[in-house]
Amino acid sequence: MASPLMASCSSIFGAKSGSSFASCFSPSIRAHSLRKHALNKVLAVMAPARSPRSPSSTGSVKHAMTMTEKILARASEKSHPEPGENIWVNVDVLMTHDVCGPGTIGIFKKEFGKNAKVWDREKIVIIPDHYIFTSDERANRNVDILRDFCLEQNIKYFYDIKDLGDFRANPDYKGVCHIALAQEGHCRPGEVLLGTDSHTCTAGAFGQFATGIGNTDAGFVMGTGKILLKVPPTLRFILDGEMPNYLLAKDLILQIIGEITVAGATYKSMEFVGSTIEGLNMEERMTLCNMVVEAGGKNGVVPADETTFKYLEDKNSKNFEPVYSDDNARFIQEYRIDVSKLEPLVAKPHSPDNRALARECKDVKIDRVYIGSCTGGKTEDFFASAKVFLASGKKVKVPTFLVPATQKVWMDIYSLPVPGSGGKTCSQIFEEAGCDVPASPSCGACLGGPRDTYARMNEPQVCVSTTNRNFPGRMGHREGQIYLASPYTAAASALTGYVADPRDFLL
Amino acid sequence: VEGAEALGFPSHSCVSNMAMAAAASAAATVGAKPSFSYHATHALLISRLRHGLSFPKRISSSCPTLDSRSAPKPLPLRRPPRATAAPAETAPATFHGPCYVLGDNIDTDQIIPAEYLTLVPSKPDEYEKLGSYALVGLPSAAYTTPFVGPGATRTRFPVIIAGANFGCGSSREHAPVALGAAGARAVVAESYARIFFRNSVATGEVYPVESEGVGLWKECTTGDIVTVELGENLLVNHTTGKEYKLKPIGDAGPVIDAGGIFAYARKTGMIASPSN
Repeated sequence: MASPLMASCSSIFGAKSGSSFASCFSPSIRAHSLRKHALNKVLAVMAPARSPRSPSSTGSVKHAMTMTEKILARASEKSHPEPGENIWVNVDVLMTHDVCGPGTIGIFKKEFGKNAKVWDREKIVIIPDHYIFTSDERANRNVDILRDFCLEQNIKYFYDIKDLGDFRANPDYKGVCHIALAQEGHCRPGEVLLGTDSHTCTAGAFGQFATGIGNTDAGFVMGTGKILLKVPPTLRFILDGEMPNYLLAKDLILQIIGEITVAGATYKSMEFVGSTIEGLNMEERMTLCNMVVEAGGKNGVVPADETTFKYLEDKNSKNFEPVYSDDNARFIQEYRIDVSKLEPLVAKPHSPDNRALARECKDVKIDRVYIGSCTGGKTEDFFASAKVFLASGKKVKVPTFLVPATQKVWMDIYSLPVPGSGGKTCSQIFEEAGCDVPASPSCGACLGGPRDTYARMNEPQVCVSTTNRNFPGRMGHREGQIYLASPYTAAASALTGYVADPRDFLL
Repeated sequence: VEGAEALGFPSHSCVSNMAMAAAASAAATVGAKPSFSYHATHALLISRLRHGLSFPKRISSSCPTLDSRSAPKPLPLRRPPRATAAPAETAPATFHGPCYVLGDNIDTDQIIPAEYLTLVPSKPDEYEKLGSYALVGLPSAAYTTPFVGPGATRTRFPVIIAGANFGCGSSREHAPVALGAAGARAVVAESYARIFFRNSVATGEVYPVESEGVGLWKECTTGDIVTVELGENLLVNHTTGKEYKLKPIGDAGPVIDAGGIFAYARKTGMIASPSN
């Protein structure tokens, strides 16, 4: 029986150009069709600019630009970077963490010299977050390497941890880098932020250009403050309609990835606009941009607005200048989504684009639930799952692991009252529901990690997770099965012991 | 690049690759126009030395009989490489040997599982260890032949053939590093995820080559003997007798030839040459 969603698919997805996206073929068929229509030729990204184009001396011919193009224009001091063009860009913030930092530092020292200094000690943010609460000696050593470098270079922002036994004993320690960047005010509209992590695209929620790079590129930026980038064309996603109370940003991005596939946005920028987007808070916008990389996207952007400025008020003291896509900017593809017609989703094993309706997976018995990571471990994410537990009043049927992304999130869980609960905190609601005690903040088991990582999947189990990837072995065991879901869906699944639709608890 | 000054002499590290060695030897023959068989032999020699493989019995410049499906023949190179403009330029890279075949969407967690990311690629001994774990994340049911054999630290497969979106997932540079450290020289895939492609070029660890068409991986089997001729944009599967057009590696080629983005930037004068 065809689902109502599929029948009305064409009204939900009306792509502008004659693409096949209005149809509802399987991702692999659509991927093939996408390749045939794809704009993305893999041209060289690392060549030096052949003929540097300076602004025309007679006055630049004005043409409309997208947000991403405008950000890169300002950062490169080129008036109109064209999609496909390789340009040198000034970097505002470079972030690295304990997994890629040591390698980046190694390259920096090898290439620029043992005694070289970083380009700007205030523009590098070093955040241990991946393999922290572990007895793995190399992992611990890697944090030491970061510390030594930060001392040597007098790096202004280093969120250090020394006492692994009690995260609260470390006043500087934050936790997951992408959330820490936002909470510490390092994300600003109009800027260029790079990080040695694929989910650096999260910061695009602030209306900036943010993308992930490898150690070598980062080493280069560390020394020069510049990077060679290929200007991406933009895919525009216009989301309208009132957000149903059983949907979260995670459902929106799973919908989109399921539609365009894991390679649908390769080398492209994803821009999210529309009334639904305007109604999202910052953490929900971060969730949306966070998984842009799962569609292959280079960066994601949400235009800055009052919500953004309000969030930044108490965190940031630097000037910034937001930019916005021109009305007649050229987008290679536009998608219109009527959010009110969407339903809670999961991404089934083993791909983030293996989209399915949660309600059609109710026969899938699960072994555990994981609520955490940059994607689904923020304060709003825990409030969302608490809401479901509260509505149910029952206990979870499977081990439910809670890993707050940062110290601040952990504190929020233990101190902020959940609306409609009579003053209970998230932590109390979680305790009453029989969840595990919220763990020390870090990336945790989202990516498996060292064997002793809390909540790592060491057996071939079935897990519903609020994280971002479910490729084979992602959370540890190669035969583990991971269903990606929103915090609502994850909590609902914990309560039933099966993949569940949160409407069963929220409506 | 303004502001980018190399202050120290980059030490000769284990990360330098075949191309650098070939470049060095090519530079040594300044003024001499390299003969066809010299460069083919030389590139192959370096490649084989590096990977501990045995030498072929003879290197023939005659055309191979591609319709033969018997045991793999010794390397025949079909056409002479393009004449190089400057003597210091290397001949286009060529890779030969058994191939390892993968499907679509091979993500970085399969290439190098997260638990091994505590290894720091810029440390030579940990670099080697990364190589020993290359592709260990592949599900064993689907991939019965391990990329790196039991007890081995390097692979016997210099060429990887893959489907679409190779290297998707994480930005971890450990992924192309693990492949390169294991001894892979080139990946021939239908398409790449952007960060992996970028990292391959920046490190110079593997050539990320694209096939012109799709479905190449379905016609090849792990163990087939192949030759990748970058200069001819050609992949030859000697075992099946089929040939496949490749997209030109373009500007990424010289960067990888030079040994990565830093080496290339110095070679082209983009950043200052190191001085003592």
